[in-house]
Amino acid sequence: MKQDKEKDKKKEDEELIHSVTNRDYEYGFTTDIETDTIPAGLSEEVVRMISAKKGEPQWLLDFRLKAYRHWLTLEMPRWAHLDIPEIDYQAITYYAAPRKNAPKSMDEVDPELLRTFDKLGIPLEERKALSGMAVDAVMDSVSVKTTFRETLAEKGIIFCSISEAMKDHPDLVQKYLGSVVPHTDNYFAALNSAVFSDGSFVYIPKGVRCPMELSTYFRINAMGTGQFERTLIVADDDSYVSYLEGCTAPQRDENQLHAAIVEIVVMNRAEVKYSTVQNWYPGDKEGKGGIYNFVTKRAVCRGDNSKISWTQVETGSAITWKYPSCVLMGDNSVGEFYSVAVTNNYQQADTGTKMIHLGRNTRSRIISKGISAGRSQNSYRGLVKVAPKAENARNFSQCDSLLMGDKCGAHTFPYMDIKNETAIVEHEATTSKISEDQLFYCAQRGIGTEDAVGLIIGGYAKEVINNLPMEFAVEAQKLLAVSLEGSVG
Amino acid sequence: MLEIKNLHAEINGKEILRGVDLTVKPGEVHAIMGPNGAGKSTLSSVLTGNPAFTVTEGSVTFYGKDLLALSPEDRSREGIFMSFQYPVEIPGVSMVNFMRTAVNEHRKYRGLEPLSASEFLKMMRQKKELVELDNKLANRSVNEGFSGGEKKRNEIFQMAMLEPRLSILDETDSGLDIDALRIVAHGVNKLKSADNASIVITHYQRLLDYIVPDFVHVLYKGRIVKTGPKELALELEEKGYDWIKKEFGE
Repeated sequence: MKQDKEKDKKKEDEELIHSVTNRDYEYGFTTDIETDTIPAGLSEEVVRMISAKKGEPQWLLDFRLKAYRHWLTLEMPRWAHLDIPEIDYQAITYYAAPRKNAPKSMDEVDPELLRTFDKLGIPLEERKALSGMAVDAVMDSVSVKTTFRETLAEKGIIFCSISEAMKDHPDLVQKYLGSVVPHTDNYFAALNSAVFSDGSFVYIPKGVRCPMELSTYFRINAMGTGQFERTLIVADDDSYVSYLEGCTAPQRDENQLHAAIVEIVVMNRAEVKYSTVQNWYPGDKEGKGGIYNFVTKRAVCRGDNSKISWTQVETGSAITWKYPSCVLMGDNSVGEFYSVAVTNNYQQADTGTKMIHLGRNTRSRIISKGISAGRSQNSYRGLVKVAPKAENARNFSQCDSLLMGDKCGAHTFPYMDIKNETAIVEHEATTSKISEDQLFYCAQRGIGTEDAVGLIIGGYAKEVINNLPMEFAVEAQKLLAVSLEGSVG
Repeated sequence: MLEIKNLHAEINGKEILRGVDLTVKPGEVHAIMGPNGAGKSTLSSVLTGNPAFTVTEGSVTFYGKDLLALSPEDRSREGIFMSFQYPVEIPGVSMVNFMRTAVNEHRKYRGLEPLSASEFLKMMRQKKELVELDNKLANRSVNEGFSGGEKKRNEIFQMAMLEPRLSILDETDSGLDIDALRIVAHGVNKLKSADNASIVITHYQRLLDYIVPDFVHVLYKGRIVKTGPKELALELEEKGYDWIKKEFGE
């Protein structure tokens, strides 16, 4: 029985890979999507429908309903330095998306987007997957699973979609789901908890060092359902894992909501490194379209001597509202946040982190590099909190802003809440510009403006980029240059 | 190689160059001297295409090409190099990365394949010795935290890497002590050949003790008012610029 199941699974995965790599796009996923689409709008009925479609146990349905009922009592947060247009939550489809908005062939994809992918060096098949509405990461995610699943399983590592995890490892999921980001946390967390569709689940058992990078790109566009994905990572005692998340989105005229949750639990002496290269569709040059990226990411260093490190390269989305945070509960635990956030044209970003020091001798480090161009607005918002019992807490924050042109804005909102006098908290901030002198100096050496901007930006963001795994670092560096193209001269 | 005719240029509406004529042939070293504000640095900026300056009249050809029609980066790729009076810092960008980009852009312009990492590093090692640039410097960010002398040596190092046909040394001696001056001049002299030429812009004669010019031009009020052999530099050193001012002033 079990073997058959494995076989089926394998076959399914192979078919999926085949369909994304070799697909004749017009038909690839159409059938699936048509059957899975539910009407737009959000209600208790819709929540039940989602849960039923996924064949979920009662506790999960209850979890969703509780979240939904709580969400109804909330107002959308307005404190961020963002101009968010009114969102009609009844106009959104919460499970699968209508196909008609998606381009049917490569010819319908904006050539500018194609050129971008060319520059990123993504080969045609992958590009087909990207611009053809299945994120390239679909493949990556599946291939990791199919290729290495057995290797990982040998070590007891679980890496699968959260839907699978609900079925195969219900105890683990029930134990940790919502334990880091409860549904009451905020408006978007409540919404996600009610309607989340899929995402990844990772469990690293005691004493295991995950032998490879785990990587997921969400399949939000292929299925049209992933706007509300949910990721749960549990690193048990003495374990280590490095996890990569990538995302790109199709180009559409309307704004799309993406409200994800990432929860990470880090036990004694365990370490988790979480890297994101966020490249959702940012809207066009006039600010039309683009993703609203309202994401709650949080890690709890529950164990002593544990460590969590967030690295993010944010270049996409029309609006970003995102604060990957570290709750440092265990004594001697360490939290790190490395971020490069780029905004161009009419993009808006309000991003940063929270470092909550609860345990003794906890340490945190924040390196935030904002780059604003065009008419964009880019804000760093960070909280460093030291609880009364957090003896000898240390924090170092550095928040740099780089401005390109004179129509954009860069803002820094650092908050500190220090309740223990042994804490040492340092904050440094700088604002700079790419100067004409630097560009001319590069030009005099034969380096054209765009390459020069790429070099200078790369240098500015180096401290963050260097924290990414190798293959991601290269991609990220290119991405930075591409997203700032045309913003100088 | 270089022909400047009746060159006029301004910055922010203020005319600085008022009809410069100059011809440079391969193998020659031209010194351009003159009092402060004569337009020496403007000349180098205009030749290299600094967008802050506007050419209002005249022409510049480089090996027959209309230099003024080329972008600054293409002028560089055509083989015009300027050693900056005030080299610019680029934080976070390593010299290795910077130079590799520059060298490969030059190669691309000439239709050549980019150098491999090992070829490039080998080239870098060789050229570093010329100006006694130590390894640590090469691994640091472009000019960041360099002393004045280190910056100038770094300029000559870049010159060695890019092998220009025409190098313009803009006040390369300013801020250098005598030892640094010697090292820089030694580098320049080593790079000298029958195929390339230099324009040495300087306020003082002392650099010309080390880099011996074939011609000395005196730039005053935006024009070359006097040209002579290397002895002219000594005369200027001795008499100062006052007699020039008297002779050519209003």
